Order: sequence, then C-alpha cells, then structure tokens
Amino acid sequence: MPKVFYTQPDGTVVAVEGSVGDSVMATAVRNGVAGVVGQCGGSLSCATCHVYLDERHADEFGEVGEDEDEMLDCTASDREHSSRLSCQLLIGEGEVHVTVPPEQL
Amino acid sequence: MSRSDDVLIVGAGQAAAQLACSLREAGHQGSITLVGDEPAPPYQRPPLSKGFLTGAADEDSLALRAPGYWQANGIDLLLGETVVEVDRGAGAGGRALTASGRELVFDRLVLATGAAPRRLDVPGAQADGVVVLRTLADAADLRRRLATARDVVVVGGGFVGLEVAATATVLGARVTVLEAGPRILGRAVSEATSRYLTDHHRATGIAVHTDVSVTEIVSAGAGRVVAVRTADREIPADLVLVGVGADPRCELAERLGLQVDDGIVVDEHLLASDGTTIAIGDCAVAVDPTPWADLDASAPCRVRLESVDHAVTQAASAVRTVLGEPSPHVSVPWFWSDQGTAKLQIVGLRRPGDRATVRPAGPGRLVVGFHRAGRLVAAEVVGSPADFMALRTLLGAGHPVPADVFADGDVVLRQLAKDARQGSISAC
Repeated sequence: MPKVFYTQPDGTVVAVEGSVGDSVMATAVRNGVAGVVGQCGGSLSCATCHVYLDERHADEFGEVGEDEDEMLDCTASDREHSSRLSCQLLIGEGEVHVTVPPEQL
Repeated sequence: MSRSDDVLIVGAGQAAAQLACSLREAGHQGSITLVGDEPAPPYQRPPLSKGFLTGAADEDSLALRAPGYWQANGIDLLLGETVVEVDRGAGAGGRALTASGRELVFDRLVLATGAAPRRLDVPGAQADGVVVLRTLADAADLRRRLATARDVVVVGGGFVGLEVAATATVLGARVTVLEAGPRILGRAVSEATSRYLTDHHRATGIAVHTDVSVTEIVSAGAGRVVAVRTADREIPADLVLVGVGADPRCELAERLGLQVDDGIVVDEHLLASDGTTIAIGDCAVAVDPTPWADLDASAPCRVRLESVDHAVTQAASAVRTVLGEPSPHVSVPWFWSDQGTAKLQIVGLRRPGDRATVRPAGPGRLVVGFHRAGRLVAAEVVGSPADFMALRTLLGAGHPVPADVFADGDVVLRQLAKDARQGSISAC
C-alpha cells in the first residue's frame, strides 16, 4: 500500500497507509492527522487542506487547477511555490511526502 | 474530574463524530459512546446529493474516519441503535436505555440527534417514487431510481432540491423544480443570488416554477407515481424528490423536559435548559454566533443552522464545555452548495434588514455583500472561490469592509484580506 508522510510544523512525521485514488486530504482526515481539516470534503470550497508538496513530487501530480489556484492565494498560512490543496492530490502507487502548514483556518 | 467523564453522544452525524474525535485529541480520558440509528459509521452527507448520485463518490469514500480509527481511539460506536429512555440522576449524570435493551451509564449527555426531512402532506404522497434525501440509505435508493428516471419533479427549491435537480439533469433526466415561495432559496439567500441561480438552472434546462404548491401526487395502478398536480397543471413524473426542509429531532429532549423551540434551545456554551445536557448540530437552536449579532436594534436572534461548518465549530465549543473550560461559542458560519457547475458559497448570517451590495465581478461570477450598521456581516458568492476566501478572511479578522470599498471593483479583495490577516497577526 502506498504511504503518505505528513510532516508537522514541529518536524514530527506521521506516516499513514493510503489507497490508490484517495486524496492526500481524505487520507489525513480519516486517520486523524492533525493540521489537515478538509471541511468541505474535497469540493474545493474551503481551502483548509493546504499542504506543501515535497519537491521530489513536483512532476508527479496534475497541475494546479484554476479554482485551486485562486483558493491557494487565500490560505491561512502563506502560499509557497510548493503549495497545493491536498484534496486535489490523488495518491498513486508511490510514497507521498507533504508538510502541513502551521494554520488552516 | 471532567476529563474522566463518561460521555454519551446520542447521534452519529458530523457534529457527534467531530465532538468524539476532538475530545480524544484534547486528551479526554473517560469513555466516549456514539449511538446512531443508521447502520453506517459516521459519514459525510454533502456528497449524497451530488457525487454519490453520479457515482463519483462511493460509500467508502464518504466515511468521516477510517474503519479502524474509532476502536483505535477508544470511541464506542453503537450503530443501528436508538436511545429510547434516559434516567437522570442527580447532577449531569444518568443512564440511558437503548431500543435493544442496552443500558448506558454516563456522566455527560450530548444530544446530536440531527434533523428529519419533512414529508409532503398532500393526497397520494405515499406513492412509490416519492422520496426524500437525508441518509445514505435514502441516497442509495435515489441513485437506483435516478438510473431509470426520465421525468424528475423536485418539490422545494432549497439546497438539497436544487443540488439533486442539477445532478439529475447531468444524468439525463427532464427536471422540474416546484417552489412554493416567490423565489428559490428564499430563506437562505438574497434576491440577487436567488435570481442568478434561477437563471443558471433554467439555462441548463431545468424548469423552475415559483409560487406553485403541490396539491396532489398522482399514481398509476401499481401505486407508482406518474404525475404531480398543482392548482393549474399536471406535470408528468416518474420520480419525485421532496426537499421541503427538515425538522430538528427533539423527541428525547422533550422527554427530558428540556426547552425546545424549533430545536433544542442551548446557551452560548451549548448547554440546554437543564444546564448540563449539551446539544449540537442540526438539532440545536442557539444565539446567533456571529460577533455582530447585536449590531442591529433587535435582540440577538436565535438561529438553527444545518451545515458542516456549524456542526464542526459547535463541536469544538462543546469540547471546551465538556472539559470544564467553557468559552462562548463565537463563529462566522459558512456554507457551500454545488449546484451543477454553479458553486455557491456563503459566509456570515444575513438578516432581512441588512443592505445588499453587488460587487462588480466577471462573467459567471456573482459577489454580493451585506452590510449592517456600516460593516460587512455576510456575503454570497457564486463561481468565485478566491473572492469567497478573501471575504471569509476579512469577516474573520473583523475588517468592516465598508460598502463603498466592497462595491469598488478596483479594490482587490485578496490583497485586502492579506493585509487584514497580517494586521491581525501583528496586533496580537
């Protein structure tokens, strides 16, 4: 099973087993990973599943969509080059490494 | 002491699940038991009117937590169970009896009983093919029926009705929406947004009729619905979705002698009238939680909100009450409703006297703000998530966003929000 590694703002890493096709957001929420809220369940309405995607995955996921792009401009923690909404990151066969921002709301 | 309280939560929806999870995360030591009358573990309801009907979301993907989460975190789920009786001891504690005869002892009782969909009260309303949508079972039934339905009539132009109407249209059905009031979403949104969405739905081929009441459901020999009758017409239908709102489930609260007034009345700490029972989510009616609730002359009014955000934030406040660290529940509620390709987002609570201002927005977008005593208190946005996020940030930061600023298309809301956020951080 593919694993998702969530690095918390304090540096601790939580590893969770994911399923191919599930989102990085849903995987975090269902397993109680702190710092990923995902209030809207992945319908691109709340921007509370912001993560920083590890550089090694830069080419592995689809491009930032239009709505996602707009919403990333308004996240609680500042947008960086690697910012994504984790509801839009669908898990593939390999590992995924993301960093959780200090704030979501 | 309160950290070791045994907490019994009646209900297993979004509010109940959030309270249970957040209590554990906060280090609560006592037992936590959820009693839900549905067979499924806690799940997300919003996709039931959208992705679940199209097949984009399946039952597993709706789960609020992974199957192993509950046991791993010491949260007992009693599913397919109903609490039928509660004996109060002295103080907050007592014992509850379930329909199957289980006895549950608790130190703290939480009612998160949700709401039940209203049914149509007209002749023929029991016909096969006349359905409501609230639960996963309802949605599975609706999905099965939509697979073959050709003529769908949606009774009620509210959120659930319009979302299903849009979904049914995408699935290829001919859809008619019958709204009894003068406009769709009459209580939920302003006239401007109502009009915008009416146009949107009509453009996708949905027949939207307002000021129309259903007088009868017509069925064929086998008891299957064939038409919906109104005062002046008969509309063919092989599927009728009734989306005319939901009533809070207050039976248990009433039996406990708690104050009930279109919901279980709670104070700012989510405590019911006995001072110990907590009520949260769709079943609770509470004082307006917004920071501007008393800006107008009238006394703060009570509100009962049915939304994910409200369930989640009330649960967060209830955690503090359970742990003996109560602080008043204050929040700026927000809502979303995906109606086909129209993404509606609302923040704040609009009141009839608030002044509406439509902000210049590009094609396919609508941004409406509501001002009370000169400050922005709510906004409705269609098709512009960035503006919505900015407005949510501005309201959260307490920025007044005067009407002239709001109406000025040259003002970039995102920038205003960024400045406000940084301002509020440095003010700390």
